[in-house]
Amino acid sequence: MSAQAIPILMVVGTAALLSLLFLGLSGWLGPYRPNSLKSTTYECGVPARSTVQIRFFVRFFLVALLFLLFDLETVFLYPWAILFRSMVAEGRAAFALGEMGAFVAVLVVGFVYVWKKGGLEWQ
Amino acid sequence: MQVMTDLFARIFGDGLSSLGLLVAGGLTMALIMALVMASCAIVFTWAERKVAGFIQSRYGPMRVGRWHGVLQPVADMVKILGKEDIVPRDADKPLFMLAPFVIFVGSLMAWAAIPFAPGFIAADLDLGLFYIFAVSSAATIGILMAGWASNNKWSLYGAARGAAQAVSYEIPLALACIPVVMITGSLNMNDIVIAQQGGIWRWHFLHDPFLFVAFLLYFVASIAEVNRGPFDLPETESELVAGYHTEYTGMRFAFFFLAEYANLFLVSCVATAVFLGGWQPLFGPVFLPGLVFVIKAVLLVLLQMWLRWTLPRLRVDQLMHVCWKVMVPLALVCVLGAGIWMLATGQAG
Repeated sequence: MSAQAIPILMVVGTAALLSLLFLGLSGWLGPYRPNSLKSTTYECGVPARSTVQIRFFVRFFLVALLFLLFDLETVFLYPWAILFRSMVAEGRAAFALGEMGAFVAVLVVGFVYVWKKGGLEWQ
Repeated sequence: MQVMTDLFARIFGDGLSSLGLLVAGGLTMALIMALVMASCAIVFTWAERKVAGFIQSRYGPMRVGRWHGVLQPVADMVKILGKEDIVPRDADKPLFMLAPFVIFVGSLMAWAAIPFAPGFIAADLDLGLFYIFAVSSAATIGILMAGWASNNKWSLYGAARGAAQAVSYEIPLALACIPVVMITGSLNMNDIVIAQQGGIWRWHFLHDPFLFVAFLLYFVASIAEVNRGPFDLPETESELVAGYHTEYTGMRFAFFFLAEYANLFLVSCVATAVFLGGWQPLFGPVFLPGLVFVIKAVLLVLLQMWLRWTLPRLRVDQLMHVCWKVMVPLALVCVLGAGIWMLATGQAG
């Protein structure tokens, strides 16, 4: 474990402790009087109808898939972006750009396909 | 971090090992960050109500604290502390109770890598920018947890929308920062700010036309990322009551609220550090770096508030259209364009 991780652990610990502290404070100061009406699910004042097993629009699933693809692509772009500056300094910028261009082009082909298939329409 | 470890080193001399220094410095910085986060959230709730008031030709809060209701957020905090913490009978209790923590802790964790001033950064990571993106996506998990565990239709719809929106806009958000990484050759937030030394013309958003577009893309995507108007579909009060935090009360609700305003400031801080020169002043040498940084970030926050109270909410199909058909292709063009620009001008900085 590197020394850089220690401050992060400190921040996580502080955040967790502070939130527990405030929650404890509110539990101590606030009332606790549960009743059956209060603990029902809120549905604009009327008794809740049907269960929460609602159907989801299939587009949500598609968005998740697209996100996975593009997010991975972004993750691969970052190391390349870090090296790009030194590639420019070495005069290999055109090579670096072409290489990443080819990588992105593969994804863009898929992207265009999804677009033409209507995968990006929210209807 | 550096400031704090130096301070502790001066106080304790050789009494502390390097690990001890790291822990002590980290702990102090973490507490400062938590304090800054809480106070900025408190100030911004007041500012938001004032801005909304003035935009709608009214005053906003005026009563508590003599001058323009400045103590209103304090009164709200006290009131919220005294409220009952209700867990609905049908809720998935462990998840329901955990969700606000995930959002709150995730938000504070991202704060660790914000460079407020030279050496004043809780965690000076080599992966700084990447770390911020990674950690702030914890909010998506928190949103889904809250919506699912509430066992309430409004919450679940709100959570599904929130997650879809957050993951969609994360793509242009992350892509828009790549040109900056290409120019600086580093993900370290300190390095990114130092690379912008020497007046406004050296700030990244004026580096070349592609970076200017990238800055605009980042700004729009960041508004959507923190679920604020005109992208506030996950919590449309007119159709989903309050979205994913419908069932939350008292302090747990306050965590969502705090995290929203903390994230609002966080994305503005990242925009400031990455595109707007961080603590570097408009011209001349560095002076009062922390103040310069905060002023820039607060101006961005005020701009976001102005947008929220001016623009009507988008429809969900428009939301996805803007992201996938406009911003993602544009961001890719920006990456390519910035690369060609660097190639053509033959300069790296």
